[in-house]
Formats: sequence, structure tokens, C-alpha cells
Amino acid sequence: MKNPQTINEILITFVIKASGYSAIFFVALIFYFLLSQGLPTLKLVELKTLLSVRWYPIEELYGILPLISGSIVVTIGATLIAVPFGIGTAIFIAEIAPRWAREILKPIIEILAGLPSVVLGFLGIVLLSSVLREALNLPTGLSALTGSLLLGAIAIPTIVSVAEDALDAVPKEYRDGALALGGTKWQTIWTITLPAARSGVLTATMLGIARSIGETMTVMMVTGNAPVMANSLMVFFSPVRTMTATIAAEMGEVASGSTHYHALFFIGIVLFVISLIVNVLASTYVYRHTKRSEKLLS
Amino acid sequence: MNNSENEYGRRKFIEKAGIIALGGMTILTIAPIFFIVGYIIYQGSPAISWEFISGFPSDGMKAGGILPALVGTIYLTVGTAIFSVPLGIGAAIYLSEYAPDNNITRLIRVAIINLAGIPSVVYGLFGLGLFVLFLNFGTSILAGSLTLSIMTLPIIISTAEEALRAVPQSFRLVSVSLGGTKWQTIRRVVLPQALPGIITGIILGLERAAGETAPILFTVAAFFLPRLPSTPFDATMALPYHLFVISTQVPGMPVKIQFGTALVLLVFTLSMNLIATTIRSRARAKREW
Repeated sequence: MKNPQTINEILITFVIKASGYSAIFFVALIFYFLLSQGLPTLKLVELKTLLSVRWYPIEELYGILPLISGSIVVTIGATLIAVPFGIGTAIFIAEIAPRWAREILKPIIEILAGLPSVVLGFLGIVLLSSVLREALNLPTGLSALTGSLLLGAIAIPTIVSVAEDALDAVPKEYRDGALALGGTKWQTIWTITLPAARSGVLTATMLGIARSIGETMTVMMVTGNAPVMANSLMVFFSPVRTMTATIAAEMGEVASGSTHYHALFFIGIVLFVISLIVNVLASTYVYRHTKRSEKLLS
Repeated sequence: MNNSENEYGRRKFIEKAGIIALGGMTILTIAPIFFIVGYIIYQGSPAISWEFISGFPSDGMKAGGILPALVGTIYLTVGTAIFSVPLGIGAAIYLSEYAPDNNITRLIRVAIINLAGIPSVVYGLFGLGLFVLFLNFGTSILAGSLTLSIMTLPIIISTAEEALRAVPQSFRLVSVSLGGTKWQTIRRVVLPQALPGIITGIILGLERAAGETAPILFTVAAFFLPRLPSTPFDATMALPYHLFVISTQVPGMPVKIQFGTALVLLVFTLSMNLIATTIRSRARAKREW
């Protein structure tokens, strides 16, 4: 019975199955390499130094707190911009805009998603930072604020696409019921549609935050790269340095195997774990809607 | 009566104000996109000339063209496609046609979502650790393409799977009932039907790879090379990295060349975006099921 046809079939099934499993393999491989290169930091650098507020590799000071603080500051700023605008736009596209406007708005948002982050960083340097410096009378335009504004723009397409899908998935009967009871469109959105889609909107917000923490080139180009701890709200108007920017800016110049090299991989572990947590949390919501998980990745 | 009319008027007013507010937010979200694209076209187009596209940088990047960066980005995009397209389509076929609904499949999906969420600079670290140092590929097109492939994989898998799932079940049943094996059914019936969707996904994935800087920083990118790369083991310049270099590392850089480079990168990625959206909407219009 075993003809070449079935052997061929078995072989191909095996190859396809192997490609399917490859995603698990790659995540494990990435985590393994980060751990193997990053964990030696704990032996080379005292924990007290690692958790200090000075990142100054030339003097063997590897305090990661100012970098975490920098990432948190720009991410908060980006979230404050991207969440209201992203969700507002998603509501407008899903609930209010007529069909033809929807068909135009969605591809335009996709263009924003397709802009290389280095292009936004470049515009941040030549345009936005000088506009902000003059408008707000700051010593430098390369600040957390500039970074937050651009990161907000980067996070918006993710938030719009996931939130819009969640709103779209709310059954039409819910809206019809609210409208039939005499509710206005606005009341229907606020009291029925948005609460019904809240898990998806929450997922959208989380993914937007994850996108902001992980963004590299834009923040590296426009935030001024000064590793200082945030101690007041004024931090938004001064330079900061994020975890991602530190890796990108310093890895090119370190000798492989040095303490500095391992410390940068250690930051990579922190970033990996943050994105792992956020994405696992987000994906637990996603299983209620397969379509949403597909959208979430595109 | 009067009272309830007032109440109705008030609610109608709130509705109107709310819709205007949401519309305003949408405009504030959309307008910067037009501004960004328009501004780069306006400032960058004077720099575009045949010499700019086909020449090497000269005078410490302050003059000349961007050929090596453009060619490098094309090599990296093709290199990424070589690895990520077969693997991505294979994984999508597995998830759509073979995978049972069990915990391992769920784990695969979580892994794909995680791959999509890993920060791009972490891919750079991984590529440096595995491909450049451990496998000893050095700073090379091979190392960069492999790094970008893994980053691109989740985009290709998810869009290709969506396209495969959209093919009606009845198509498969007919093929199998005519005596086709599972693989024959997939190859002759399902794949051709899903092809436009799969191609759209591939292009969107490669668009992302072409525009990324962080993953190539330590795996392939070169500051300046006087000649084009000749083997996959050579380092290369690349458009996004070149834009980063000339906007942060070279003092006194002429703005015209910076905007020209940004424009070429933008045209490169946006035209991929446009091709992908066109294929998708054409296929949707032509679809007979």
C-alpha cells in the first residue's frame, strides 16, 4: 500500500507540523539566549549596584532604575495621548462613521502603522523638538515630552485596530435594543456598546502600552538620552533615557563578554519579561474572539 | 410634556456634542499622518535625482547618493523573505488545516502573539547573541536577514492563517470526496484560493522588515561601505540605519539629503503597503464565494 504518494504526504505533513511548532521553538530560543547572556550580570554586578540610580558604565555603575524610570515616563506620556485618541477614533470608525468614511479611515491609520519609526524619529529631531522648544521655552527640545508625543502616534494604530474590532464584535441586537428603548446614539455607545466591548478595549490599551515600552529608534533619537531618575512632573520637559534606547545606543560599542555587554542583555531580559506578561494577559481575552487575535498581530 | 421635551432636547444636544468631539479626535489623529507624509514629500523631493539613487555617499555622507543603503535594504528584504515566507506559510497551513484544538495549539498561538510583541531591539540582541556570535556568521546580511525573519514570522503566519481559514469548508470536502489526499487538497484547492490573502500578509511583513532599524543595528548594518556587498556574509548599509546615521551621527548634515533619504525609505515602505492593500481589495472584489 505504501506508494511514493503516501511517503510524500507523510514527509510534507511532518514539515508543516515542524513549521507550526517553530513559533514555540523561537520564543524559547530567544528567552534562552537572553538568559544565557544576561544572567551572568547578577554574578558580575552586585545587586545593590544594579538597583541603584546611577547608570554610568564607564565607572562600572550599572543601576537600571533610571532606565526603567525613563521607559515608564515616556510610556505614561504616550498612553495619555494614545488611549483617548486611539479609542475615540475607534469609536468614531466603528459606531459613527458611514461606510465610505470607514473604508478611507482604516487604510490611513494603516499608513501610520507602516511608517518606519526611524522616520518619525527624524521628524522629531528636525521639526517637533524645535517647535516644542520654542513654544514652551525649554532649554532643549529633545525631551520625554517629544518622545511621548511620537510614541503616542506609534501606539495609536495598534489601539485603533484592536479596539475597533472589539466594538465591531458587539452584536447589533444590543444597539438596536438600546435605540428601541429611546436611547440616543451617544447613550447607546456609552452605556451599551463600550461596556460590552470593554475586554477588547482593555486589550487594546495593554497592547498599546506594550508597543510604547518596546519602541526603540524614535525614543533613542528624540529623548536626549540622559539616564536620570524621574523625581517630579517636570521630568517630561527634560531629557530621559529608556531601556530600549540604552541597549540600542551602547551595544554597538561594547566588547562581547564584558560586564557592560551582559548588563545590556540583562535589560533585554527585563524588556522580554514585560512584553511576555502583557501579551499573555492580553491573549487571555483574545481567545473569546479568534478574529481579534488575528487582527492583533497584523 | 414640556419637561420631557426639554429632556429629549438635552439628550439630543449631548449626542451631537459627543459625536462632534469624537469626530474632532479622529481628525486630530488623521491630520498628522497627512502632514508627515506631505512634509517629507515636500522637503525630500528636491533631493531626488538619478545621481542620488545611483551614487555612493561622498564627502563624509554630506554629498552624493544612497545607492549602497538602498541596495542593502533590498538584499535584506529578499533575505528575510527567503526564510520567513516558507516557514510562515507552513505554520499557517498547520494552524488552519492540521492543528487539533488542544493545549499545544493554544501554546503555539500564545508563542506567536509573544513573537509579535517582543521589542525590536530585543530581536537585535538575540540576533547578535545567536547568529553573529554563537553561530559565527559575523555582522552579515545572513545574520540580519535571519533576525528580521523571526521578527516578521508572526505577521506572515497570522495573515496567512486568516486567508486560509476564509476558504469555505465545502471546497475541501469536494476535493477529498473526489479522492484527493489532504496535501493534494491543500495544494490544489485551498492554497490557490487563499493566495491573494497570503501575498498581502507576506508584503506587510516584509514592509515591517524593510523599515526596521533596531534589529539590524548590531547584526548587519554598516556605517559606510565604499562598495556593494557581494556575499551573504558581508555587512551592508541599509536605508533606515542610514537615515538614523545621517540624522544623529553626522554633524552639519545637509537637510536636503536627510529628507531625500527619508522620502526614499517612505516610498519603499508605503508602496509595499499600497501593493498589499490593492491585492487584498482586488481579491475581495473578485471572490466568488
